Amino acid sequence: MALDQSFVGRSYPPTDPYEVGREKIREFAEAVGDFHPAYTDPEAARALGHPDVIAPPTFVFSIAFKAAGQVTGDPQLGLDYNQVVHGDQKFAYTRPVRAGDRLSVTTTIEAIKTMAGNDILDVRAEVHDEADGHVVTALIKLVARGPEED
Amino acid sequence: MAAQVKYSEVEVGTELPAQTFTVTRDVLVRYAGASGDFNPIHWNEKFAREVGLPDVIAHGMFTMAEAIRVVTDWLGDPGAVVEYGVRFTKPVVVPNDDKGATIEVGAKVAALLDDNRVRVDLTATSDGKKVLGMARAVVQLA
Repeated sequence: MALDQSFVGRSYPPTDPYEVGREKIREFAEAVGDFHPAYTDPEAARALGHPDVIAPPTFVFSIAFKAAGQVTGDPQLGLDYNQVVHGDQKFAYTRPVRAGDRLSVTTTIEAIKTMAGNDILDVRAEVHDEADGHVVTALIKLVARGPEED
Repeated sequence: MAAQVKYSEVEVGTELPAQTFTVTRDVLVRYAGASGDFNPIHWNEKFAREVGLPDVIAHGMFTMAEAIRVVTDWLGDPGAVVEYGVRFTKPVVVPNDDKGATIEVGAKVAALLDDNRVRVDLTATSDGKKVLGMARAVVQLA
């Protein structure tokens, strides 16, 4: 099903802040098997110039993707979520996410395309801290597979 | 930020130490919990087969998280990653045994940029197939 093109450029209001906890970062780092001390040891993080433990680069995805749910779950858009796969993912960082951050996400629909029967949705998620400083932008490309030809 | 690699010490073609990551089913369950992505294609093979997959597959974001470790381990400071992007080209298929799947990741410096930054291009394969495409990171060196 073709998606509603009038959604291109649409922005959604900033989400309520997500507070980044040290133990959540530790849980994520352990889940990906990454034992870099900057993720778990505040002293090691400070030695690298960070005020507290930092999160692995892809940690922020789940926060951004949850915010993008405002877009993908909007019934007016017409996205068949059962057919959605993650196509591309990009991050552009101003600084790493760190413990104590209160992050708010603003999502925008950047583009809607149809290619070879698939709907392609580009969502931009801008992540800011409590002082409204930019932390990271996540660009999420979702592909909704069209019906099989046969 | 305090990367331990100096810009003056790298050139286009400098290879980063390659790494191999093992993915078993329990790893995927742990990642599902930590990331909040509970899509059953990552833990339920009956469901995965019903939607046309050969077996349970790893989360794309799990593969993305593993691949960048080649870069962050090289840098010394994971906070020196400025940009990171990938395309998910093929799934990492994870059988229900104690061996699981392996992801082989390589990376090399592809371009020298301004302000002591470099672009690193990554490759990631599993079972001989390229699982990430256009995998690139821009990093801040000392």
